Amino acid sequence: MSNSTLILGTRKGLLVLRRNGQAWRIVHETFPGIPVSYAAVDPRNDTLWACADHGHWGQKLYRSHDGGATLTEVEAPKYPEDAVIYDVWADGAEKPAKVSYLWTVVPGGNDQPERLYIGTEPGGLFQSDDGGETFHLVEGLWNHPSRRQNWFGGGRDQAGACSIVVDPRDSHHLFVGVSVGGVYESLDGGRTWQGRNKGLRADFLPEPYAEYGHDPHCITASPSNPDVLWQQNHCGVFHSANGGRIWTDISQADGPVRFGFPVAADPYDDNTAWVVPGISDEKRMAVGGALCVGRTEDGGQSWTELREGLPQERCYDIVFRHALDVSGESLAFGSTTGNLFLSDNRGDSWQCLGNYFPPIYSVRFA
Amino acid sequence: MSRVKFTRHLVRFFPDLGDSIEVEGKTVAAVVAALDEQYPGLADYIVDERGTLRRHVNIFLGRDLIHDRETLQDPVGENDQIFIFQALSGG
Repeated sequence: MSNSTLILGTRKGLLVLRRNGQAWRIVHETFPGIPVSYAAVDPRNDTLWACADHGHWGQKLYRSHDGGATLTEVEAPKYPEDAVIYDVWADGAEKPAKVSYLWTVVPGGNDQPERLYIGTEPGGLFQSDDGGETFHLVEGLWNHPSRRQNWFGGGRDQAGACSIVVDPRDSHHLFVGVSVGGVYESLDGGRTWQGRNKGLRADFLPEPYAEYGHDPHCITASPSNPDVLWQQNHCGVFHSANGGRIWTDISQADGPVRFGFPVAADPYDDNTAWVVPGISDEKRMAVGGALCVGRTEDGGQSWTELREGLPQERCYDIVFRHALDVSGESLAFGSTTGNLFLSDNRGDSWQCLGNYFPPIYSVRFA
Repeated sequence: MSRVKFTRHLVRFFPDLGDSIEVEGKTVAAVVAALDEQYPGLADYIVDERGTLRRHVNIFLGRDLIHDRETLQDPVGENDQIFIFQALSGG
C-alpha cells in the first residue's frame, strides 16, 4: 500500500485521487450520483472493489483490474432463501433476510489468494473463495445464538457487520464487529465464533456490561502485533492487549476522545493509533466546532489532540467509520461535509485536499 | 405478448435496453424473469433476492400499480402494457 493513491467512496460516486508532488488530482470519477458505501484495493492482486448503494436498484458490487478506470459489476452477496432476521422494531418478528447495505470488503490471508469477506447489513458476513465471483453466508456467525436477542440497528434499521479483521499471522483467525451486536472472534476460519465483549460498556443497555448487544463502530488490529486491538465503540474508545479477551476503556476523561466512528492503527508501532472524535451520540459533530484527530502513542494511556491545519471554528464535520486510513507516516480522512484531509507526518499537521467533495463514506490508501 | 417500457434510468446500467420490449409471461413475476433472460442481471435491479419488488421501484400494469409487490402474481394479459419506474427520490 502506498500513500500516493486515495480511493474515496462518496455519496456521489467513486473517486480515485493520485498524488503528484504536493498536489493531488482526481484521476477517476465513476458512478456519478450513486452512493458508494465502501471502496478499497486488495493489496494481494491490486483489484479494486467498490460497493454501491443504488437505493432504488439495491446493493451492487463492482470490481476493477485497472485501478478504477473501468469497473465490472459482479453478483453481490445474497442471503439464502431460509435466512431470517428478528426485527426488534417489530417485536422480534421473523422476516426474510435481505442485503440492505454492503459495509466493507476485506481480503483473506496471503495464503488464501481467492478469499474475500464482505460485511453486510443485516449483519451477515459473506465469504468468497473464487476471487469474488460468488459469495456465501458464513453460517457460523449468522447462527450464533446471541443474534436473535442482541443484534439490532443503532441508527440504521438493522445490525451491520461493519468491521472484519483477518489476523496476518493466521488467516483462520478472524474478528468481526457487529454494530449493534458486539465483537466476535473465530479461530477456525469462521466455522465457530465466540463473543469478545468483556470490558466493553454499552450505556444504552439496561445492563451496560452485558455479554452481547455492544456497538463496535470500528475495530482494527495493530499490524505489527495483531494481539493488540483497537475499537472505536459507540460508548468510548477501547483497547485490548490480549486479542480481545479483555477490553479497557481508553477514552479521555477530560477531552474530546470518546465518541466517534473510525480508528486506525499504526502499521509499525502497536502503541499508536488515531481516532477522529465527535461530540456525543446525539449531536455527532466536531467537538466544540473544532475538528481534531486524537493520537495515542502509549496504548491509550494518554492522547494528543492534533489540530494543525484542521478547521477550529464552526466545523460540523463528522468522519464515518471507514473514512480514516493510515499508510506509513501518512494519514487521510474525509468527512460527511465533504472535506478531505491528509497528513504526511503522523497527524502532526494536516493539508486540506478539498472542501467540495460529496459526503465521504470511506477513505482508503492504495 | 405484453409490452414493457422502462425508466430511462435503467438504460444507464443496461445500455442495450430497448425503449419497449415484448415479452411472454402470464404474471408480472414471469415477465420479470423473461426480461432477465434477455438482459441478464436486470431482475436484480427490479426485485430483491426474495423476488419482492424493490422498495422504491414501481410497476404499472396499464394505468394501475400492481397490487402484489411481494410475489408479483398480478396477472398479465395479452397485449398488456407494463411500465417499470423508480421513485423520484434522491439527494
